[in-house]
Amino acid sequence: MATQDVEFAQVSFTVEGGRQLLSDISLRVEPGTTTALLGRSGSGKTTLLRTVNALVRPTSGRVLVGGQDVSKTDVIALRRGIGYVIQESGLFPHMSIERNVGMALELSGKPKAEIAARAAEMLQLVGLPEEMAKRFPWQLSGGQRQRVGLARALASDPEVLLMDEPFGALDPLTRAEMQTMLRDLLQRVGKTTLIVTHDLEEALYLADRVVLLEAGRIVANLAAHEVRESQNEAMRAYVAATHRGGAA
Amino acid sequence: MSAFLHRYGSQIARLTFEHLWLTASAMLFASLIGLPLGILLTRQQRLARPVLAVANILQTIPSLALFGLLLPVPFLGDRAARLAIVALIGYALLPILRNTYAGILSVDPALIDVSNALGMKGLQRLVKVELPLAASVILAGLRTATVTCVGVATIAAAIGAGGLGELIFRGVASVDNGLVLAGAVPAALLALCADGVLGLLEKRLAVRR
Repeated sequence: MATQDVEFAQVSFTVEGGRQLLSDISLRVEPGTTTALLGRSGSGKTTLLRTVNALVRPTSGRVLVGGQDVSKTDVIALRRGIGYVIQESGLFPHMSIERNVGMALELSGKPKAEIAARAAEMLQLVGLPEEMAKRFPWQLSGGQRQRVGLARALASDPEVLLMDEPFGALDPLTRAEMQTMLRDLLQRVGKTTLIVTHDLEEALYLADRVVLLEAGRIVANLAAHEVRESQNEAMRAYVAATHRGGAA
Repeated sequence: MSAFLHRYGSQIARLTFEHLWLTASAMLFASLIGLPLGILLTRQQRLARPVLAVANILQTIPSLALFGLLLPVPFLGDRAARLAIVALIGYALLPILRNTYAGILSVDPALIDVSNALGMKGLQRLVKVELPLAASVILAGLRTATVTCVGVATIAAAIGAGGLGELIFRGVASVDNGLVLAGAVPAALLALCADGVLGLLEKRLAVRR
């Protein structure tokens, strides 16, 4: 189980020209739990996620991983301890699945045999057959590619897992399969996980806590089971928008 | 025809060899300058505009004029072949530089993101991700540069650097079309061969997505 937490302390981020993408965000993700960052496009959820592995440097405030200030940590070491999954998987098209999955180990100079063994183990973990290892990304379906993306993120056994709309590009059936697989997997491996999504159902299915962002601010921070009954105005609006077509 | 070949065959062979040598040396140096400089420009993008502009201007100088302009330069002017190679480098530089720069910048930003997030250092990212993905674009630049060099190298004969241009210039001076063709046909074949071989390599390096 993961022991590292992720904490945002009054994090703000302003881009050149003065537009503020994040305003005074304070939030703690408990070790081994999953928090969903929910919100419409442009609400700042991806930007917030990317401050954790220092792809974005906040203008003010601090981001702490395992109590360590991200801006004061060696960025290479920091990133090697954090898994990162993006939409459309971001697999390297010129590398085999095995090499993609084992990249984190390749970078830390592990021997080939160890990398191959680890890649095989990871493919099994995300429910892919072993013979996938020698194939290339273009030979896989979208869902399979996304599984490989997840396997790659988990290969170095990171404490923290960041996921940015991981299933956004998938059809509903594949998406549901992936959500089931991920939930099951997270329960087994227990990472401190932040997942960005605009899909309320996905957030409720996968996360322990749901944080709603609006224009760079946190407008709701609730345990997943409180979301539907919440009196929080912003959250009620989000829930209502999701259930427009439903019987509710 | 056989009498012609008998008479000029060995000359054609020698001059083809000279031509190849001029082109190959120029391409070697142009690559040694152009590839690292192109990579550097992707890291220092403020420099890209002025540097590419200079390379662009070099490219537009008529080759005969460039050879003439370089003639009085000390060291270069001492040896015709040396001067020719320097001028050829000037022409080869732009396609190499431009394609290296554009090829690396055309790599999907999401892949750069992932590379960084995996904890790749700058050089690792370059070698493992950027160069392999830009390889076919870079090679296309090398191909354009080579074909240009083979063509421009014929003019090098005007300053006595040798190469197949020698036959062409002699043919023109003596109004002997056969002699012009004896220089022009092998030069064209060289260009076609270089184009074909590098084109094949370019296809092989293309990454399927």
